[in-house]
Amino acid sequence: MGSITLEHVNKSFGEVEIIPDISLEIKDGEFVVFVGPSGCGKSTLLRLIAGLEDTSSGHIKLDGEDVTGAPPARRGLAMVFQSYALYPHMSVRDNIAFPLKMAKTPQAIIDQKVDYAARTLNLGSYLDRRPRALSGGQRQRVAIGRAIVREPKAFLFDEPLSNLDAALRVNMRLEITELHQQLKTTMIYVTHDQVEAMTMADRIVVLNAGNVEQFGSPLELYKKPANRFVAGFIGSPKMNFVDGPEAEKHKAHAIGVRPEHFTLSTTAGAGQWAGTVNVAEQLGSDTFLHVEVEGLGLMTVRTDGDQTFSHGDKVYLTPDANRIYRFDAAGLAL
Amino acid sequence: MARNVSVQTKTGFTILAWAVALLLFSPILWTIVTAFKTEAEAIAAPPTFLPLTFTLDNFFDVQDRSDYIKHAWNSILVSVGSTLLGLVIAIPAAWSMAFAPTKRTKDILMWMLSTKMMPAVGVLIPIYLIFRDLRLLDTVHGLTIIMTLINLPIIIWMLYTYFKEIPVDILEAARMDGAELWNEIVHVLVPMAIPGIASTLLLNVILAWNEAFWTITLTSGRAGTLTAFISSFSSPQGLFLAKLSAASLLAIAPILLLGWFSQKQLVRGLTFGAVK
Amino acid sequence: MATRQTRTLARTMMAPAVIVLLIWMAVPLGMTIWFSFQNYSLINPMMTGFAGWGNYEYVIGDPSFTQALLNTLLLVGGVLLITVIGGTFLALLLDQPVWGQGILRILVISPFFVMPPVAALIWKNGFMHPGYGMLGHLYEALGLEPVDWFAQYPLFSVIVIVAWQWLPFATLILLTALQSLSEEQREAAEMDGANAVNRFRYIILPHMARAITIVILIQTIFLLGIFAEIRVTTGGGPGYASTNIAFLVFRTGILSNDIGAGSAGGVVAVIIANIVAIFLMRAVGKNLDA
Repeated sequence: MGSITLEHVNKSFGEVEIIPDISLEIKDGEFVVFVGPSGCGKSTLLRLIAGLEDTSSGHIKLDGEDVTGAPPARRGLAMVFQSYALYPHMSVRDNIAFPLKMAKTPQAIIDQKVDYAARTLNLGSYLDRRPRALSGGQRQRVAIGRAIVREPKAFLFDEPLSNLDAALRVNMRLEITELHQQLKTTMIYVTHDQVEAMTMADRIVVLNAGNVEQFGSPLELYKKPANRFVAGFIGSPKMNFVDGPEAEKHKAHAIGVRPEHFTLSTTAGAGQWAGTVNVAEQLGSDTFLHVEVEGLGLMTVRTDGDQTFSHGDKVYLTPDANRIYRFDAAGLAL
Repeated sequence: MARNVSVQTKTGFTILAWAVALLLFSPILWTIVTAFKTEAEAIAAPPTFLPLTFTLDNFFDVQDRSDYIKHAWNSILVSVGSTLLGLVIAIPAAWSMAFAPTKRTKDILMWMLSTKMMPAVGVLIPIYLIFRDLRLLDTVHGLTIIMTLINLPIIIWMLYTYFKEIPVDILEAARMDGAELWNEIVHVLVPMAIPGIASTLLLNVILAWNEAFWTITLTSGRAGTLTAFISSFSSPQGLFLAKLSAASLLAIAPILLLGWFSQKQLVRGLTFGAVK
Repeated sequence: MATRQTRTLARTMMAPAVIVLLIWMAVPLGMTIWFSFQNYSLINPMMTGFAGWGNYEYVIGDPSFTQALLNTLLLVGGVLLITVIGGTFLALLLDQPVWGQGILRILVISPFFVMPPVAALIWKNGFMHPGYGMLGHLYEALGLEPVDWFAQYPLFSVIVIVAWQWLPFATLILLTALQSLSEEQREAAEMDGANAVNRFRYIILPHMARAITIVILIQTIFLLGIFAEIRVTTGGGPGYASTNIAFLVFRTGILSNDIGAGSAGGVVAVIIANIVAIFLMRAVGKNLDA
């Protein structure tokens, strides 16, 4: 079991308020991602749950039990760090066995569990090596192995993939998702990468300046962003925003259109907005056009990769009428 | 750091460097060769370089006359004992300052450093009187306590600079893995900091071994260390140059060897981490 | 960045170190100050009671104090001059590409590991003795009259011995600082047309300035307390010719058993050391945030 409840959690360092007031309810078995720009308090929030920091006020409950003041060792959670934080002086086997040794588990059971974790994570042939002899991906697996042997109430991941190269990151993303499906244990995963958030999460918490901007499933966030911040943060490339008279036509302070929600034409006059291609990023499957739209500024447009564009080409854009997001002066969605 | 220079330049610098280095080393070299000469040869004019008659008698004489082994044992007890005692007090303190720093940590570190700067003569008289009253004068454990206190700031500082290089993540991982503080220190911090702890140990053994104020003023016969042992040779008694050399060599040889291994750490330790 | 619990633990763990150092610093120093205002002599137990500034007047007013103060300054200044200049020169030399660098380092560093009384006795008997010292032999070989160093130049002889012990320390620290200067910076200066002298003046010396400061400050702390070298060579004499403040306190307090006057001298020594310490702490403290 591993439901986690935050009630009016506040964290301040001296005068600086990192997290003003957060309440969250994470259900048992859920995969929740905390996402937000750097400095938004997502790592601090994770460390509060872990017990590595203490709350300034508010309560943290695990399975309904208040653990606000409990030290990390007594919370029964496991954490995977960005730097992996493996014990460099211990073999892989001893690294994985360490939490069990701390729990005074009998040696026979330790061996059994370590072997199981090693098999699950394909670490069998590395068990007697030192961490420094492993690649980044292997180290990450050892860190995960160390976490799973404890059979924790929940796993906490603190940007675990950010030290890996791009290809490996995609692989590990899949492995962690599979692990979740297999173990069905609550996982909280912190990242600044919205792609990781979208692909892995059951539900996403979007954080900004220590506040929860929105808490919902990935598609909910994509389709019904609660405000301009979430709309701009979720989705890649970013949503285009327009304010001024063009927005007023839609009875809004500002409107947003995602790059993939345009109809594009090269025929003169065949579109609402006329513009000039500034840069065309051709990925093969897609092409991202950075278009200087007359009177509205720079916009990103996504189109299929079949057509080629070059600097200076005239293009005409029509936003998909059903997919225009409208925001009021405070940035809230209308 | 391979700079391209001509062979002539390199030869020139090599000759100059060796000349200066040998000049600086010559007192030690003199001690080594004289220790194996007979007393007559030691004062012969003109002097010989290598001993004509190689003898080990001086070493036996020194042992008979001044009991080298007893003094060496006292030196070992005091220097190793005070360093180990210092480490036991310093490791927890350095852990606190490196991994749970507060606004006052810096002030405390500086204050500890300042105790090191108090001149020994400023407290000699009270310490002498306290030791006299507590019957600690001329005892190994009394000297060990003093040596621990003298070197404690250096031990804490050195450990602090080494601990600072250990990522706090790893200690936090241990906490998440269910390790209480004791286990965190014993199973994670200390094994990771072994090279730093070893350097600290080495340097402080050297400093304590060579300490020559308290060891001379607070001991007379029983607890005398090698510094006191060698000081007893300060008034010449007839033919004694070779014996003095033998005694000197015996006193410095162990630490000279240790010192050669620890020169890098010496810089860090003696500059309180300000020069690395 | 830690929990209240960790911070509480941290305070507990720091307590033993702080407490023993606090006692070590406060109790004897307090006693020294107390004694310095008392009439207290182990030879004359009848003499007791509050002395006011009497001990200070006695110690500072005595000509031996002025001489000891002057000797202390000469000793510290002389050794600093030799070790800093010599150390810079040696560091530059050892940083050159030479054969046998490792052994050279060992030879140069060795004097630092020689305990002070041994260093003093080797120099006194093996080198500076007018009859059978190596310098005596050298003078004779050159047809000169051998010099009785400790009789004729007692303070200078002590300076030579102490400088020999501390030159390796200065060299080693300056060499470490020198080697942390990036090769690229040197090469850039070379590309910019700086010759060896200008490279030393504008690149190397400013880079070493901090290390030189630290060498000066740390050595000063140790040099103020020079004791064993004087004890086993001259015994502070002839007269007070080679007595520094540290040795004067020892002579007054322990050898002459005048606790009150010795303590007053000790307080003066503490004050002098503190003046230096303030500067050293600033230099070290700056580096602490890193």
